[in-house]
Amino acid sequence: MTAHAENINYLKTTRGLKSWLTTVDHKRIGLMYLASILVFFITGGLYAMLFRLELWSPEKNFLTPDQYNNFFTLHGVIMVFLVVVPGIPGALGNFVLPLQIGAKDLAFPKLNLTSLYLYWIGAALAIISLFAGHADSGWTFYAPYSLSKNPAVLWMLTAAFILGFSSILTGLNFIVTIHKMRAPGMTWFRMPLFIWALYATAIMQVFATPVLGITLILLLVENFFHIGIFDPALGGDPILMQHFFWFYSHPAVYIIVVPGFGIASELISAFSKREIFGYKFIAYSSVAITIIGFLVWGHHMFVAGQSEVADTIFSFLTFFTAIPSAIKVFNWTTTLYKGSISLQTPMLYGLQILFNFTIGGLTGIILAILSVDIHLHDTYFVVSHFHYVAMGTTMIAFIGGVHYWWPKMTGKMFNEFWGRLASILVFIGFNTTFFVQLIMGSQGSPRRYYHYLKEFQIYHQISTTGILILATGLFMALINLLLSLRGPSNAPQNPWGARTLEWEVAETPPVLFNFKETPVVTHGPYEFATEKS
Amino acid sequence: MDTTKSFWLPEKASTFADAVDFGFNLYYWISVFFFVLIVFLMAWFVVRYIRRRPDQLASAQITHNTLLETTWTAIPLLIVMGLFVLGMKGYWNMRVAPSNAMQIDVTGRKWAWSFDYPKEGISNDTLVVPVHQPIRLRMTSVDVIHSFFIPAFRTKADVIPGRYHSLWFEATKTGVFQVFCTQYCGTNHSYMWTAVKVVTAEEYAAWLEAASDPSKGKTPEEFGEILYSKKGCVACHSVDGSVGIGPTWKGIWGTEVPLEGGGEAIVNEAYAKQSMMEPASQVVKGFQPIMPPFQGVLSDKEVDALTAYIRSLK
Repeated sequence: MTAHAENINYLKTTRGLKSWLTTVDHKRIGLMYLASILVFFITGGLYAMLFRLELWSPEKNFLTPDQYNNFFTLHGVIMVFLVVVPGIPGALGNFVLPLQIGAKDLAFPKLNLTSLYLYWIGAALAIISLFAGHADSGWTFYAPYSLSKNPAVLWMLTAAFILGFSSILTGLNFIVTIHKMRAPGMTWFRMPLFIWALYATAIMQVFATPVLGITLILLLVENFFHIGIFDPALGGDPILMQHFFWFYSHPAVYIIVVPGFGIASELISAFSKREIFGYKFIAYSSVAITIIGFLVWGHHMFVAGQSEVADTIFSFLTFFTAIPSAIKVFNWTTTLYKGSISLQTPMLYGLQILFNFTIGGLTGIILAILSVDIHLHDTYFVVSHFHYVAMGTTMIAFIGGVHYWWPKMTGKMFNEFWGRLASILVFIGFNTTFFVQLIMGSQGSPRRYYHYLKEFQIYHQISTTGILILATGLFMALINLLLSLRGPSNAPQNPWGARTLEWEVAETPPVLFNFKETPVVTHGPYEFATEKS
Repeated sequence: MDTTKSFWLPEKASTFADAVDFGFNLYYWISVFFFVLIVFLMAWFVVRYIRRRPDQLASAQITHNTLLETTWTAIPLLIVMGLFVLGMKGYWNMRVAPSNAMQIDVTGRKWAWSFDYPKEGISNDTLVVPVHQPIRLRMTSVDVIHSFFIPAFRTKADVIPGRYHSLWFEATKTGVFQVFCTQYCGTNHSYMWTAVKVVTAEEYAAWLEAASDPSKGKTPEEFGEILYSKKGCVACHSVDGSVGIGPTWKGIWGTEVPLEGGGEAIVNEAYAKQSMMEPASQVVKGFQPIMPPFQGVLSDKEVDALTAYIRSLK
């Protein structure tokens, strides 16, 4: 390392595999997360394609029922624990957070590397599970089904347990960094909304994930020692397991989606050159979702046999999650008003988030209406609602965010034509895949079904066609990004004309310690000028 | 073609259906309104305010509007509170069975349903009920969690091992209605179907009469064949020689089968009965010990009939 190493591009300071594996630079760690998450996103997606193709007709095509059950389980576990939960915080949060608040790095760089290694260990255990048999418990691991001592399920439980720690440590790191490492002038209300979103997410990661860890440990203990915690044959309570599980996994839905909201705010503001409408309402709505998100887990159990009084209270509380969500949608829409809107690739994803989340949010509210939920519970309607949130909002935000920060990460501009075409295919493919599932579900088609009534075949066929279009779009986007790596380092410092620190002050790509000197913040994150009339 | 079936919802056949569908449809139009509003505004703003020159700036910076933001906080809040009350009322009605409800016991097992009529001593694989009569199902499972769902009745409830969970309904028309298991329960989860047959009071009385002695006028082999599908044996054991989750019954009688954990057994009356009552005790090599025990489920007469049926499958 030369004397001026801190003043050169972080990609060039040191070279070789070892320098990457031992780095404590948040930017390199972010890139390694990004590569890992893309690998698992492709893996989880291939499982989905395989079982959707099997569902082309109600009879057997090429998978047995056991293989189908195995594939939807792997799709769920991989996508939840290895893709959407760690996705935005791990890859984009890691890269962007210190840059956006004007810090040199995260507060605990070595802890950050530890999180990445825990992620890899968890991923390795999940891969062992693939070879240990057929994990078939669904990603929800419901007892007593998950208590049959299936080795593949046990490896999966252990993998999810380890991945939880990775998530907790990332959250802890983010909270401390946001509190203590902001640049001079970076007040709380000058923080970009992506930071507010990551902050709200980090709180949920730290407080909710330990309960998942406890639940998974108890499941392992029950499998090996038969104590009678969850197993009704031993006097245990399978409903207790569901309470524990959803106490984590409901907040987990917000761990998944809130960072996506943050990216939506960045994209919509930057590509409209508009001050975000209602900054404080959006910032507080992320915090509100965090708090309410802890109090609504029982809505996953409306047909599970908890008391009617509990059902009623959970229904009441669940409706309050609609309010901050509605505020965000209205505020993003209003931000477009009188803007200077550019439909570049990241913005096409930004607008898709708005479209998809409107459907994802509206289909969520109906599931809180107790009497109607009884009919819709455990049908494809719920599957579709969840995918409008986790895929249509979070993963679209992730992909949009990757395009948005790609020039900053790599110094390269991707091809705009192919980028836009891919995003349009993704939009068409995603909505074709999942919209029909709403109809199929309200018509009564249960989820996790290998074999189905002939009358549902047309919906399945439309859905399967959709996933092929979606996959085409996603691969096109990936290839477009990868091809740009072979091109010239042509990215300007601020290609989108954004006002946040990582674009205005940091070089492209940033230097090792992000900024040559500590930036002093003198304006808000979205203070754009107005056309002189 | 059933006229109560719509684009979104299946046919209606219970007293709950109107209220549930009203809630669904009301909410549906509320969401269509908000969806169209958002998408219309989004599209209009994008077209109207598209950037025409690369250096073009926004024509105004509007940072907030307290009145507007309060309005779109308050209106959704009022709407969802209304929806809460509507859902709660409908749900409480679904959970509290009227006092004149007739009770039928439901047992879920991998991967079949059985229905017991306690007063008449009838056990059946489809649910037969009279129309316009409140029915209360007292449900439990012998293995994992299942869920009992009748789309046409707009109701469902999980069926949980080690406890009773109940569900009630009153059918409003006669016919045969689909029942699904909606809680994932393993290999043949998606085959765990049955039907509710809703009949008139007279037909129901006649059915009770005939069902109270299903073996009447039948040889043990014929009765065994009925039990084979009725008790769910069919889900795992084939009778045509194909390998299922359990060993096929074709040609198994009298043979010597290797057992898990070593040893052999001759398939005779004693082994057949033992395998029904305590299936895990002598599992044929190469198969998983997952069959639920039928102790207390099958009467001696039924065991004999099934045994006779297996013996007949040469």
